[in-house]
Amino acid sequence: MAALGAPLRTLRALLRELRHAAGRSYRDSPAYRHVLAAFRAHRVTSEKLCRAQQELHFQAATYLCLLRSVRQHEALHREYHGRGERSPQEVAGLVGFRLPQQPGGKG
Amino acid sequence: SDSPGGFEINLDHRKLKTPQAKLFTVPSEALAIAVATEWDSQKDTIKFYTMHLTTLCNTALDNPTQRNKTQLIRAAVKFLETDTVCYRVEEPPALAELQKNEWDPLVTWAEKRYNVTIGSSTSILGPNIPASTKETFVSHLASYNMWALQGIEFVITQLKSLILSMSLIDRHITVEKAVLLSRLEEEYQIQRWGNVEWAHDYDLCELRARTAAGTLFVHLCSESSTVKHKLLQD
Repeated sequence: MAALGAPLRTLRALLRELRHAAGRSYRDSPAYRHVLAAFRAHRVTSEKLCRAQQELHFQAATYLCLLRSVRQHEALHREYHGRGERSPQEVAGLVGFRLPQQPGGKG
Repeated sequence: SDSPGGFEINLDHRKLKTPQAKLFTVPSEALAIAVATEWDSQKDTIKFYTMHLTTLCNTALDNPTQRNKTQLIRAAVKFLETDTVCYRVEEPPALAELQKNEWDPLVTWAEKRYNVTIGSSTSILGPNIPASTKETFVSHLASYNMWALQGIEFVITQLKSLILSMSLIDRHITVEKAVLLSRLEEEYQIQRWGNVEWAHDYDLCELRARTAAGTLFVHLCSESSTVKHKLLQD
């Protein structure tokens, strides 16, 4: 089984990512409620973690990785790849010009 | 919302459809919730390139490449011939050593777990995979339903490795570790020459996101207790 660390830590991080994703009403979101319910249902009652608990933990860790990576990817995209070309107005403005107004459109 | 064939997604009271206009139905409630969360996360614009689970569901429903189960399995197992973790360099020695230390344990794990011979090779032709090994993987993959197979094939194409993908599906390693091992040479070069955030981290996050989505997709489509079998006709 993969080295996952403490289930509680995964759960907290996952819930935090869901907060980012869902916005203000995150506590009512289906995902938030589903994750909490799943963790409660599989609460550790004995010393050994049973297979079902391990599977749930792995799923939670995978979902956490998905949410986190998507957020990070999007942030990098906005930072480096989102800006696009400048419009003609902006380019003219760089050197102090303004584009001429042509009421009838281009000739 | 629940329906006899599976779970549907409603966007502002309209039922979500696939690109080929089929009704968007998924076999697992957890998967439906995760897809709904992807849609809820969209703010001003719909960024489809971030909605990996939705994309995977669309692929499973529409099957745009028109492949049947046998063809999907064949495509997946074919990757073993050029599996990243079997394809080794000789130069530079530091990288060869790194590949040996990081990848050998994975190959050994796969050989033990599936009772097959795989090995590794520095030849440009790649490793020589025995037919019996391929057959073992073919029959193992046949035990997965069509939806899960779409996910498995997707993960394999992302990681460029059947071994890393099976290792992930079998929960032997985490997504982060699988991605790291898949990108071992890149990581080696980054350590030597430095990191370029807008390229390296960008690719890293995208690969992690896609691999995580594929893995989650496979697991959610394979659970026997929560999956609606009617939808997963092979």
